[in-house]
Amino acid sequence: MAIELKRRNVVIVGLGAAGGVAALPLARAGLDVVGLEAGTWLAPEDFAPDELRNNVRGWPQAVQKANREIPTHRRNASAPSSPRAAIHPMMNAVGGTTLHYWGQSWRLNPWDFKVVSETRRRYGASRIPAGSTAEDWPFGLEELEPYYDIVEYELGVSGKAGNIQGRIDARGNIFEGPRRREYPMSPLRGSGFTEMVADAARKLGWHPFPGPAAITSRAYDGRPACAYHGFCARGGCHIRSKSSTAVTTIPKAQQTKRFEVVTEAVVTTIEVDRNGRVRGVNYLKGGMEYFQPADVVLLASYVYENVRLLLVSKSAAFPNGLSNNHGQIGRHYFSHNQGASVTALFPRDLNTWYGLPAQGVAIDDWADDNFDHGKLDFIGGGNLWVYSDRRPIAAAEMSTFGRAPRWGSAWKAFVRQNADRWNTAYLQKTTLPYEDNYLDLDPVVKDPLGFPVIRITADFKENDRRLAAFIQDRMAVWFMAAGAVAVERTPIGTMGPTTHAYGGTRMGDNPDTNVVNRWGFSHEAPNLGILGASVMGTSGARNPTLTVQALAWRTADYLVRNWKAVTK
Amino acid sequence: MSRDDSADARGLSRRELLARTVRFGAGAIVPVEMLVRRMPDNAAPAAAAANQAAAREPLETLTAAETATLDAIAARLIPTDENGPGATEARATRYIDRALGGALADAREAYRTGLAAVDAWARASKSAPFAQLSAADQDAILTQMESNTAAGFTPDAATFFNLVRMHTIQGTFCDPYYGGNANFVGWDLIGYPGIRLAATPDDQRMDRRPARVRRSAYDHAMFAKKRPARARLGRIDEPWRSS
Repeated sequence: MAIELKRRNVVIVGLGAAGGVAALPLARAGLDVVGLEAGTWLAPEDFAPDELRNNVRGWPQAVQKANREIPTHRRNASAPSSPRAAIHPMMNAVGGTTLHYWGQSWRLNPWDFKVVSETRRRYGASRIPAGSTAEDWPFGLEELEPYYDIVEYELGVSGKAGNIQGRIDARGNIFEGPRRREYPMSPLRGSGFTEMVADAARKLGWHPFPGPAAITSRAYDGRPACAYHGFCARGGCHIRSKSSTAVTTIPKAQQTKRFEVVTEAVVTTIEVDRNGRVRGVNYLKGGMEYFQPADVVLLASYVYENVRLLLVSKSAAFPNGLSNNHGQIGRHYFSHNQGASVTALFPRDLNTWYGLPAQGVAIDDWADDNFDHGKLDFIGGGNLWVYSDRRPIAAAEMSTFGRAPRWGSAWKAFVRQNADRWNTAYLQKTTLPYEDNYLDLDPVVKDPLGFPVIRITADFKENDRRLAAFIQDRMAVWFMAAGAVAVERTPIGTMGPTTHAYGGTRMGDNPDTNVVNRWGFSHEAPNLGILGASVMGTSGARNPTLTVQALAWRTADYLVRNWKAVTK
Repeated sequence: MSRDDSADARGLSRRELLARTVRFGAGAIVPVEMLVRRMPDNAAPAAAAANQAAAREPLETLTAAETATLDAIAARLIPTDENGPGATEARATRYIDRALGGALADAREAYRTGLAAVDAWARASKSAPFAQLSAADQDAILTQMESNTAAGFTPDAATFFNLVRMHTIQGTFCDPYYGGNANFVGWDLIGYPGIRLAATPDDQRMDRRPARVRRSAYDHAMFAKKRPARARLGRIDEPWRSS
């Protein structure tokens, strides 16, 4: 039998970007909170500048619980399984993937909350792509703005505001919605290369600006300024400059003495009583099974594991999985359109050996509905991002742009000259949910505990492909204006496991089409809250993490202020 | 669409679930010391290791015959030529040999059959083992492998060619801790300024070249104690292990 532990007010499942944020307002309010994390603590010494280990071999993902439950993928319900990904895109640790993510910390733009109604209003209902299940969010940007502000300051985000209470500042993003005040820190500095491409964008009449990053640009909250050493992506920060929840909100929550962190705790199922209220969670640690009872469960693992834990937690009240009596768990799944990039070759050394992916220059002129789609055949747009980041193995594996063979003396001569002369842009594009893109449990593949892994059934649609081609053309124009001598477009790929997954437990007022209400609590199991991008119904054209964190704070804040109503 | 065709994971009893955990844990756990054979010689500062690089260490994984073939392939993929040292001087195959006993153990069998297939194809088409052929003949065979027109490979020649190419690049440009990039010849080839723990604004200017730093990540004191084990990474950090 499981060992039954002392009852807590709140148990948080997963201490990454979302759970690691939610812990802080709960603990500050005096609630008795425990966080269960499958991974361990990692320290600055764990983050060596080692390209082979971090980037090639995928450490530390390669040693993770998540790596034993990598989702399977197929393009559609009648397609064969795609080759299984070798490494899970996310990692387990206190702080989760915020330990080694790029740290880009965007607010969504106003349009992202109202994709359906704004598209109808401006272009007509026929412009909503066929088969899309997109809905407007149950609220607009103004509802989330106070929470964006809180997490930007609690975590420590660098950036330049483009719209403070309606005052537009062209040094920031002129397309962003109003914010109450400036970022807590000025933006990360530019590099010679990013300044060169920013100048080129201005000459095109575009509006370049430094992107926001959860990375310190100066000493902040007892942590030093970023050292720009070049091993940020998948490497973790050796000086705690990356504002991971592991070095910000989680230790702050621990300081209240109201928050306990339990590491190496693998949550297997969520328990429900006969009335359909959640009772607590089962977890494994050190070869033992525990039951952690709690008044409220906050499910805060990643999109895939949120959906999986709900689907495997079956009970008399929820025979098809927890909170799934409306059949919505796993629906409205989409993953960010991060493929379809552009790589450019320049005629001179760029000196981008140092820096970090968050040290870059952004263009939002072609994002969202910031440009007229009247004569175009798609909706949505893309954020163009050019950044400074290069390491030697990746440099040597560069494309030869059809100008050299792939090996031998001619290859060697080409790479010797051009290893520091190429750059690949990061192009994030609007992606929508569709009826036939979804998550469920794989009928065959199981993890080592015997639980089925998630099966992704999803592919990019026509809107995504048209949009991608348009954005790639914009990027090619920009690179050529900056002096590139050649550009190559990479293919869009398919919708396999990704770091930017959305949906599966969508947020909305209608319980027939959404799993959680506007506050992030289940329509069916009222003391179950769900955190993470699984609640998001649209993607925007930018990284989801800050929105996930603002939503997590908002759900936790709602719980504090409505404790009796949620737990009655 | 069918959304309900999955097995019911709750069919497991608690007892079975716990038993599985323990079984899985026990099966997967191997004492770390058994997996970490001796530390490589470059556990010492890489510069010191580089000085010893000329001496030939005993092979750890590959046979002598396999190494001869692999050395010859790597020497054609990244040749020693008018642009300076190549995979031979970088000791790329030393990297591969060591990695096949650890992180790349899954590829050991592919090297066993692939290198044998290279020699078999060389004997069949050029009447000599690959390592004894002229550079031109070796290049011809590698071209056939790359274009998948060489026979006798499993699953095919291009797959093995791409595997060796990828690992030769890793062995030429990796941190020298792993046995390749000896004397930093790979980093010198492409002008990589080297590992710094902090980069200044001047280090990122386009009109300057940062001074070259030639140290392994693990020559820095703060990382020296966290050197990656030689073992397969997945075996030593199970979150549900019995402790």
